[in-house]
Amino acid sequence: MKAYISSAITISPQKTFKNPLFLDEVEVYTDNRLTCIEPDYSEAIDPRLIRRMSRIIKMSVASALACLKEAAVAIPDAIVTGTAYGCLEDTSVFLSNMIEYSEEPITPTAFVQSTHNTIGAQVALLIKCRQYNNTFVSGGASFENALLDAMMLLAENDNSNVLVGGMDEITDMSHIVLSRMGLYKRKPASNLDLFKTASKGTINGEGAAFFLLANKPSSRDLACVDAVTTFYKPTDITETANYIKTFLTTRAINCSDIDLLITGNNGDTKNDEIYAQIQTSVLADIPSVNYKHLCGEYPTSTAFAVWLGSNIIKNNAIPDALNFKPISKSKINKVLIYNHYQNTYHSLILLSSC
Amino acid sequence: MNTAVFVVGMGAISGIGNNVAECLAALTNGGMGIDKIKHLPTNHSELLPSAEVKLSNYDLSVISGLSPSISRTAMLSMIAAQEAWDDADIKHIPGLRTGFVSASTAGGIDKTENFAVDFLTDTRKGKLRDVINHDSGSITNIVADKLGIKHHISTVSTACSSSANAIIYGARLIKHNIVDVVVAGGTDSLNRFTLNGFNTLMVLDEQLCKPFDENRKGLNLGEGAGYLVLTSARVVSLLKKAPYCALSGYFNANDAYHQTSTSPNGDGPYRAMSGALAAAGLQPEDIDYINLHGTGTQNNDISEGAAIERLFQSHYPKMSSTKSFTGHTLGASAGIEAVFSTLAIQHGVVFSNLRLQKPMTAFSFAPETVLSRSPDIRNVLSNSIGFGGNCSSLVFSKV
Repeated sequence: MKAYISSAITISPQKTFKNPLFLDEVEVYTDNRLTCIEPDYSEAIDPRLIRRMSRIIKMSVASALACLKEAAVAIPDAIVTGTAYGCLEDTSVFLSNMIEYSEEPITPTAFVQSTHNTIGAQVALLIKCRQYNNTFVSGGASFENALLDAMMLLAENDNSNVLVGGMDEITDMSHIVLSRMGLYKRKPASNLDLFKTASKGTINGEGAAFFLLANKPSSRDLACVDAVTTFYKPTDITETANYIKTFLTTRAINCSDIDLLITGNNGDTKNDEIYAQIQTSVLADIPSVNYKHLCGEYPTSTAFAVWLGSNIIKNNAIPDALNFKPISKSKINKVLIYNHYQNTYHSLILLSSC
Repeated sequence: MNTAVFVVGMGAISGIGNNVAECLAALTNGGMGIDKIKHLPTNHSELLPSAEVKLSNYDLSVISGLSPSISRTAMLSMIAAQEAWDDADIKHIPGLRTGFVSASTAGGIDKTENFAVDFLTDTRKGKLRDVINHDSGSITNIVADKLGIKHHISTVSTACSSSANAIIYGARLIKHNIVDVVVAGGTDSLNRFTLNGFNTLMVLDEQLCKPFDENRKGLNLGEGAGYLVLTSARVVSLLKKAPYCALSGYFNANDAYHQTSTSPNGDGPYRAMSGALAAAGLQPEDIDYINLHGTGTQNNDISEGAAIERLFQSHYPKMSSTKSFTGHTLGASAGIEAVFSTLAIQHGVVFSNLRLQKPMTAFSFAPETVLSRSPDIRNVLSNSIGFGGNCSSLVFSKV
């Protein structure tokens, strides 16, 4: 089952939204917190609605609406989202107010918008989409499950399309809490140097990305999603390697068929060791690039990677931002994304030219 | 693709019982679980009746085998999922790919609230162990690890319809040959965040809730967890016991009307119910019992009722809201009610809708006020309607 990506839109820490140029310049961060570059929303969303929306809702709704517009789809047959943490800012606003006012009645807006399905629901409400609507909150496999749900829907229904998205936001509270847990580098340097020195910790990231997937091709397709799979807490590197090998052999794919591997290296020594081992065994000798120096590390970063991979296929070019050494292949047909989030959820997403 | 999916195991914990047998006993003898709040530390304990599970965190930790410092949501999930998994008696079959699809609306927020009290005074304070399982996905992982399930793990969150969508997703993973067996359902614990959230929305009844009553004043919250074990016909043939029933149809639709309320004409619930019937290949008159979403709020009951009136017209099946026993358990409700729907088929019983005095005048039907038994409950429809317009219906059928 192939899914045709007829549009891909992301708001990220790079200038990716409504930018006809594909990562031609890189936004440099010297802190360990990468923040999305937000557009002027008034073009896309009614200003009266914008006021009530938190940052993640605005970023996501704007991306979703732009994605539908780009694909020339008014109402999709389904909306599926994935987010590990959901609407964190609204959660912490309501939580803080509840504690501060000792459970006295307060305004319900933040509570209402803290619900994990708020984004899928807001998009449905704005475009009056009465179809299938689902939200996954599966940690580092949230976007992958949304994508898998979308692929299954496309297989179940002829001639249909699905709007699928992945999003997570950093809040001041989440950044402090996750920093205290030791996730990020103590001495941050430029994001451009993320992979240059071996040290503990990564850089915090965020983003919202939406895709319009269809089971029939169109003239505007960027690429296709051939397959998505997740695997959970492999006991050792052999189990990881075996899972990847099975994924490839069941689809009759050799490593030499894969033109580019996008890996989820995040600059943390222990985290990145897994990619190094896999790239010297089951995925050896495949040209590869990293992406988390551009968007930071977060549970739904693979949505950014799919945006990146599908644009690489469409443009048949790898931007300089990815520090890629030129390869001899003239056409990039197959791109494999391999990511793991804290060695809990691993995922493989296979993209191909249409 | 159209492989049937069967229910071969079930587990539940709620305000009316710590396992399926206790819940069934309470449902048949009218044992209601809504009371003053005893376990959750909140200023509303005397004012807002709720259906807590009648066990402390310490008691739950003894039964679940999890640390008493872990989220109550995880312990409730563990107990019900383990019951379902043991009930299915399926582990001994070699080579099965097993999934765990769980749902929750608030995950580990019962612990985050404690963390935040200290954190808000000083950002260096608050025990990290109280916030590490904040997200719903972490709760699922804790339970999956203890169950020893790892082929597919995922978590759904679509407000009050969450566990219906977890069950639907689980069934589809089987149909697409991604797994052979799935434990699917949901969990939520009573917590201050949710209790205060619903209180600010002014949808909580300060008395005992009266779903589908003309004088209903709102809902009572509850807590708990409910799971089904689903599998294919091929695996059923390898089991010693017959399946309880089949999950014969399901449908997910969105009302697209308002963020927190459902359309008065019940478009979303209508689409969900009629879609589920069509998927099951059934006519409205084939349904013998509807387990209503029936929260007891003005809005829900008028919307769900309008959809039922439109779809069933003169063929009204028996119906009841078991939330009059368990309160509204949010992300767990469709899982718990899927277990109750299965019990209705297994035992040939239609549960009553407690405290119904004056049926809603807008409709020409009324839920059941007394328990009734009929040997042939063939098809049961279970509804879930949530924030964000998320409406899902499930159909269970006798096999």
